[in-house]
Formats: sequence, structure tokens, C-alpha cells
Amino acid sequence: MQKTWNNKAWFLVLPVLLLVAFSAIIPLMTVVNYSVQDTFGRNEFFWAGTAWFEEVLASDRFWDSMGRNLAFSAIILAIEIPLGIFIALNMPRSGWGVPVCLVLMALPLLIPWNVVGTIWQVFGRIDIGLLGRGLWELGIDYNYVNDPFAAWVTVIIMDVWHWTSLVVLLCYAGLVSIPDAYYQAAKIDGASRWAVFRYIQLPKMNRVLLIAVLLRFMDSFMIYTEPFVVTGGGPGNTTTFLSIDLVKLAIGEFNLGEAAAMSIIYFLIILALSWVFYTVMTNYGAER
Amino acid sequence: MARIDLEHIRHSYLPNPRADADYALKEVHQSLEDGGAYALLGPSGCGKTTLLNIISGLLRPSEGCLLFDGEDVSDRSTQERNIAQVFQFPVIYDTMTVYDNLAFPLRNRGLPEGEVDRKVREIIGIIGLADRAKRKARGLTADQKQKISLGRGLVRSDVNAILFDEPLTVIDPHMKWVLRSQLKQLHKRFGYTMVYVTHDQTEALTFADRVVVMYDGEIVQIGTPDELFERPKHTFVGYFIGSPGMNVVPVSVQGRTAHFGGQAITLPGAPEGSMTGPVELGIRPEYVRLGREGMPVTISKVEDIGRRKIVRASLEGKEIAVIVGEDGEIPAEPHVAFDPAGINIYADSRRVELGG
Repeated sequence: MQKTWNNKAWFLVLPVLLLVAFSAIIPLMTVVNYSVQDTFGRNEFFWAGTAWFEEVLASDRFWDSMGRNLAFSAIILAIEIPLGIFIALNMPRSGWGVPVCLVLMALPLLIPWNVVGTIWQVFGRIDIGLLGRGLWELGIDYNYVNDPFAAWVTVIIMDVWHWTSLVVLLCYAGLVSIPDAYYQAAKIDGASRWAVFRYIQLPKMNRVLLIAVLLRFMDSFMIYTEPFVVTGGGPGNTTTFLSIDLVKLAIGEFNLGEAAAMSIIYFLIILALSWVFYTVMTNYGAER
Repeated sequence: MARIDLEHIRHSYLPNPRADADYALKEVHQSLEDGGAYALLGPSGCGKTTLLNIISGLLRPSEGCLLFDGEDVSDRSTQERNIAQVFQFPVIYDTMTVYDNLAFPLRNRGLPEGEVDRKVREIIGIIGLADRAKRKARGLTADQKQKISLGRGLVRSDVNAILFDEPLTVIDPHMKWVLRSQLKQLHKRFGYTMVYVTHDQTEALTFADRVVVMYDGEIVQIGTPDELFERPKHTFVGYFIGSPGMNVVPVSVQGRTAHFGGQAITLPGAPEGSMTGPVELGIRPEYVRLGREGMPVTISKVEDIGRRKIVRASLEGKEIAVIVGEDGEIPAEPHVAFDPAGINIYADSRRVELGG
């Protein structure tokens, strides 16, 4: 009798496995390799055990970067999510305004990240930048190069400018899927504008909002390019987020062991958070 | 409860309507009695939903005005008109419990919580969801959700009218019967003015005291189910109501005789008044007698639908349908005769009264 399954079929997966091995698993294992050993060049390695991990977890520098990064993520979420909802609620539902708004909203998302950084780096300069020079002319003391507060404001506004559109587009997609009958029923039931938002629009946007929060949190937690181009992590270390700190440690200071250990800790945090979000999202779906 | 007067209402979805064809709703001038159960019946695109939305205030008519109990409400918002509407697809507030869904319209109107509780408890029993009061509304089945939509209309004891826009479309056939009879009971018990939009004649005829048949933006007839069946005022009504619809054949009428090809048909009376436009004779398949006498026909098809048979035949080259009983025999040389009681004469598609 002919078998309907054959274990040899697993060999068909082999090419993909090799590809993934070269693109992800082998580099990751290299990092693991560095994280448990000490090296002084010339390909000499000495076993270090968990020493690097202990050093990273005990260092103030790591926790400071982590704190800054969490604060950054919290601030941009607190601004981008409500602002995105607000803009999406006020976007037109029909007519010529729809394509115009959609294109305008999509534009910032299409700009390469280092270009966004460059735009704001120039925009904010106090000698030639429109924003920096303009504020200086108005008598406002704004200098992102040496004022930590100004640097934070710049980096946050830049992120809001760059990524609020994503929240807007996701929310808009959720809003346009609400049938007209819901709004008509709300009118008939005498619902206020707030009640319409609270009981019709918000529940229908729930899922896309969850995706928006997840994407924005992950992205901001891994942010590197834009602040690197604008402030380079400065002034001092005030805008040094985890990724920037990691690059400084690995390439700037050539501290490969500690950087590898930090990479793995960073990776595990991201993995754990992704799992939490994934669980929340799938559970939310099952509850229906 | 209110009497609804539609005064010379016309509506167009175009900004500058000129020709008659630009209007989705041509002149409607009609009164709906207080406490009546009306069905708006017609094919898709005939303007019935437009008319319903004009009554509810979701649409502002291009011309004409709307009176509730003699009071002009044309400029009032949906909320101020105090009507309830049940939509084609159940509209519920997902995140609220069944109880809160029903309480929502009352709380929005600022009723004291005691009053709200009393009303909601009463209605939740009527729609049969008392055991699910504390459950989230989103887990319910389509017919339960539609009951909630209905309940939100019923809790407001002062509504002027309850409007239904094809509310049973998404409901299973069996539940349709149950819900429809519950609606009838509610109507009898509370005496709401109800307007029910549908394209399903069975639904319209079983629900309503009076059926408003619409065709191409106009009301072609308002009548009891019986009137619509026996005396359709427009050939469209004859064709749309009944299964199969009325047979309509072109004739020329002289006195009490109608001539159709080589055949002469005796009418119950001579038409009153002058007739303009093409003249037609309409007779329902139920009033055509198949036998050995009368006008010769050729039979093309017999459909057995259980309790009766539909015979498709050709009379003077024109297709007609005849209904015969389950055991009715089909003669070898078939002839048909028209029962005078079922004969209607139409001029330019509109019914002409026949004198005695």
C-alpha cells in the first residue's frame, strides 16, 4: 500500500533552513560565543562564563540607557496614540479629501530613517535651520547640541512627526469599516459625540490600536538611526538609548564581550515583550 | 404614538435635480394613521428605504414636508423626532451588556436610574433575554442581537413611531416567523405606529394591516393584503404580489367585451370614463379555469409545487400561468376560461373601474 506521507519531504525544507542559518542563527551564535568568552584579538579566546552578563546587569550605564529608552517609548506612545486617534477621527470619509489626506499621511512613512534624522538635524540647527534659527530669533533658548531638554524635545517631535501617520492610518482603517447604521442608530438613541466615540468607534478600533501600540513600542524601544543622526546620543549621554549605547560599546569601545552579553539581554527583553503582546492579542481575539 | 403625514415629499440624491428621473422618490403625498402597522413593499431601488430615512430624519427631503400629529418636523433632527429604527443588520453596542444596551437610549435622555431600571426590566422580559441581561452583547446570535436593536426602540415608551428597515434579512427562516409574530403581538399590545420596509411580499402581507407598494419612486397602491390581491391598482402590483404574478394581456375593449387576438372575453362591467394609453386585461392565475371549454391554449410546462400545480400555457401567442389543484386534471385539448370576478382592466398600467 502506498503511504500518503513520507519523511523524506523534510529534506525539501533544507534550503530554507540553510538560508535562515546563515542569515540569523549563525550570527546569533557568534554573538553568544562572544558573550561567554574574553578575546584580545588574534583569534584567542578565554572562557569567561557569565561574567559579562553579571557586569552588564550590574552596570549603571545599562540601566540608565534602559530607563531613558523606556521613558522615550512611554512619551511617544502617550503622544502618538491619542494624536493619531484624534487625526483619524477628523479625516474626511468621502470626497477628494480622502486621497489627499491619505497621501499626506503616508509621506513621512516613506522617508528613509537617516533622511528623517538629517532633515531634523538641519531643521533644528540654530545657525541655518528654520526651526532652530526661528526660535532663536523669537528669543527662545533652544539648542539641541548642548541642552538635554532641547535634545529630548527634538527627538520626540521628530518621532511624532515620523510615526503618528502609522497610528492615523491604522485607526482610519478601523473607523471606515464601521457601517453607517451604527452612527444612525446612535443618533436615534440620542448618543452624545463622546458616547459615539466611547461605545462605537473605540471598540471598533480596539484591535488596530493594539497593533499600533505594539508596533510603535517595539520600534521606539529599538530606535537607533534618527537620534544617532540628530544628537549622536548627546549632549553627554542624555539621548543615548539602548541601541546607541550598544553600538558605542561594541564599535566605539571594542568591548566585544560585554556588548555581546548586552545584545543577548536586549534580544531576550524584546522577545519576551513580543510574546506578551502576542498573547494579549490572540487572547483578545478568542474572547469574542 | 403619532399620525405621520407626508406632504408632497420628493427626494433626489443629486444636487440639482431637473427631470423626473433624477428623483429617487417622486411625489409622495400620504398619511400614515396613528397606531397603524404599515409595510413598505417594493423591489430594490424603488425608494422605500429613502422614504423610511426621510421619516426618521436621517435624510432631509429635497421638497415637501413631514408632519407628526400635524406638527411640522421637517427641520428636526432624528433625536428630536423621537422615533426608533431597527436596521437591516443588528446594531448593538459590543462592549456593553445586554442590559446596558437597552438602558443606553434612556440614560442618554437623562432619565433617573430607577425609571431606567423599571423600563429595561419590562422590555428585556418581552424580548426574552432576561436570563442574559448581564452578558456582554457581542457573544449573542444574530436574532438575539436583532432583538436588542428592537428592544432599544421599545424601551422608549414615548416614541412616535418604530421604523424597520428589512430587519429580518440576516435571521434564519424559522426565527423569522417567530420574530414576526412577536412583532405583531407587540403592535397589538402597545399600539405603536410601525413602518416596515421589505422586498419580501410574505413578510409584508403577514406583518402589516396596510401594505404600501412602491415602484420606481412612487407609491402605486396602499391597501389591505386582500385589496392588493383582488384589485391591484397598477399592473406592477399585480405582477409583484402573488406567486406567480398576475397574467397581463393586451386587449381592446368595446363596451362589455374585451378582444384579445381572435378571442372575445366578457367583462363583469363596462369601463367607466375614457381610457388613454395601451389597454390591458389582468387576471390572476387563481382565476383562470383550465378545462375543455373556452379559449384554446397550448401547454408548455407544468410545475408541481406540492399542493397545487402551475401550468404555463400559451394563449394567442401570449404566455399565461394557470393554477390548478393538486388533483386537477390537464385535458388533452386544453382550453381556458377567465372567471369574471378576477378580471381587472388597465389603461396605461393603471386600473380602470368597471361599472355594473
